Amino acid sequence: MPELPFPLPPLPTVQQVVFIMLALFTVVSALIVVIAPNLYHNALGLVATFFGVAGIYALLEAEFLAVSQVLIYVGAISTLIIFAIMLTRGMMYGRTSSGNQNLLTAAIMSVLLFLVLWGVLVNVPWPGPELATVLADGEVIIATLGRFFVTSYLIPFEMMALLLLVALAGALMLARDR
Amino acid sequence: MVPLNWYLILAAFLFCAGLYAALARRNAVAALMGIELMLNAVNINLVAFWRYGAAVELLEGQMFAIFVIAVAAAEVAVGLALVISVYRGRRTINLDELDTLKG
Repeated sequence: MPELPFPLPPLPTVQQVVFIMLALFTVVSALIVVIAPNLYHNALGLVATFFGVAGIYALLEAEFLAVSQVLIYVGAISTLIIFAIMLTRGMMYGRTSSGNQNLLTAAIMSVLLFLVLWGVLVNVPWPGPELATVLADGEVIIATLGRFFVTSYLIPFEMMALLLLVALAGALMLARDR
Repeated sequence: MVPLNWYLILAAFLFCAGLYAALARRNAVAALMGIELMLNAVNINLVAFWRYGAAVELLEGQMFAIFVIAVAAAEVAVGLALVISVYRGRRTINLDELDTLKG
């Protein structure tokens, strides 16, 4: 075998390969959400993005969050958004552009912000992955989460319940047919 | 394991995509979708910092992300109700045409 002029980069581990595939899927579907002119395609891309993010949670060993993401975002929020699109349909057909006059400014701002964040994130010496603690079993973690909800996080939990109740009552009031 | 900054870069991309949609799209529902993307990006950051942080057993990042999901659900319900209410009154949800409050 001939001598290589440079050392080969280390092979990616299985987790890294899974991450790269999930990230590509998420990025492509997020681009569909943002760029596709058809609102239905946007909504379908949003569902795909939510699935990708759920996969990222699973990769981070946050199983409860992955399941909640699928239940709440894919199940409930996407349905709400598709209903809203269907109830307000006919808006975007016959228009030339789906963007407003801020399109160019917004595109430049977003790309610049991403480049700045990229530069910062690549150059900061984050704690290496070898320092990450090995987690307990998923069941133990979910049981601990449940216990936290009724002990140290009790007041935020009740506030969240109240917020959801008030928000849903308010949404009903707003959308009611007068 | 995956380096921490891979997750952060993915979240930064989702945030910037959502920011673009929220700023540049004409349709109010599309702008709301952009806001959802931004909230998801924040959640990825919270969970990633939890996983790579010191006190994993306190589950703080996961708790925070769960509360963010609940607030996002409330936000999207009220937002879409507003969109439908505006559509009833004005027959449009084009954000460029909703300029009644402009001085």
